[in-house]
Amino acid sequence: MAALRSSASVMLGAAVSRPALRSAAAAPAAVRGMAQLANGAQHSTTASGDQPRLKTFQIYRWNPDTPTEKPRMQSYTLDLNKTGPMVLDALIRIKNELDPTLTFRRSCREGICGSCAMNINGTNTLACLCRIPAESNAEMKIYPLPHTYVVKDLVPDLTQFYKQYKSIKPYLQRDTPAEDGKEYRQSKADRKKLDGLYECILCACCSTSCPSYWWNSEEYLGPAILLQSYRWLADSRDEKKAERKDALNNSMSLYRCHTILNCTRTCPKGLNPGLAIAQIKKEMAFS
Amino acid sequence: MRLSGLQREVLALYRYCLRECRKKPAATRKNFQVFARREFEKNIKIDKRDFGAIEFLLRKGRRQVDIYSSPGVKDIK
Repeated sequence: MAALRSSASVMLGAAVSRPALRSAAAAPAAVRGMAQLANGAQHSTTASGDQPRLKTFQIYRWNPDTPTEKPRMQSYTLDLNKTGPMVLDALIRIKNELDPTLTFRRSCREGICGSCAMNINGTNTLACLCRIPAESNAEMKIYPLPHTYVVKDLVPDLTQFYKQYKSIKPYLQRDTPAEDGKEYRQSKADRKKLDGLYECILCACCSTSCPSYWWNSEEYLGPAILLQSYRWLADSRDEKKAERKDALNNSMSLYRCHTILNCTRTCPKGLNPGLAIAQIKKEMAFS
Repeated sequence: MRLSGLQREVLALYRYCLRECRKKPAATRKNFQVFARREFEKNIKIDKRDFGAIEFLLRKGRRQVDIYSSPGVKDIK
């Protein structure tokens, strides 16, 4: 219940936990005490002179059940005092309290699953990692990821993206068995090469921000998938590097990257797909 | 009557559906054909200039055929 984040509910929570410490005989008193506390909490929020901080969210709406209706922007106004700090908290609150038909993907609410990727105020980012700017009263505009087919409202169709991820064979390929027959060992220096690559959560923020990917998404792999490509090229345990490079050695898969670097600017995890692509290009040039 | 590209695509999808129906067991083939026809008739009233809607329905239709044409699907209502 991210919706109940007001100071009153925090006080109430404290009051509820208190009777547990008392004996059962004192229960009526405890209940009264709780009621008083709740009242007190309400007083304190009004007495401290907190005006409701209203914020308007404009959200892209489109329903596949009525395909002849055009997509539209719908406005929702929330009081930020009762909402969590992130855009995802606001979305969940809108869905809970204002409009249950609003559709979006979310799961972990801490930037580790990549489900809530969307375009917020013109930037692709994860709703759970994006703060609601408190100082300005400007409306926030929330769209699905750009240049994706929309499934509904803020849900993009990432089938093509996942298909491309599958095409780079994102798993360890080896022919020789491990020396000790148990696991493939790696030096600390080799492991270090994977830092900045393995953290990618495949939220598709970078790929959908890349103009080159917009126009060639059928053939160009896009920054997210190329970062993953490099993750397997950089892995000391992988033995199919030549095949992996061969698969990229055409004009479309890799070389549609024109170092626009929107990917690096937008990555919500602070990774650098642009650098990874440059590394692949370098390896291909010198091999 | 000359058909637009989009109209031809819709007809091609319908023909493809019927062709996929023929791969189904003879006993239930009729059900698949009726189902395909009904899916198309649901949206028969859409204006032929509403490109966005028709393109979406084409994509949706192709996805549906992919699912229903898998050999595990034996019957449909």
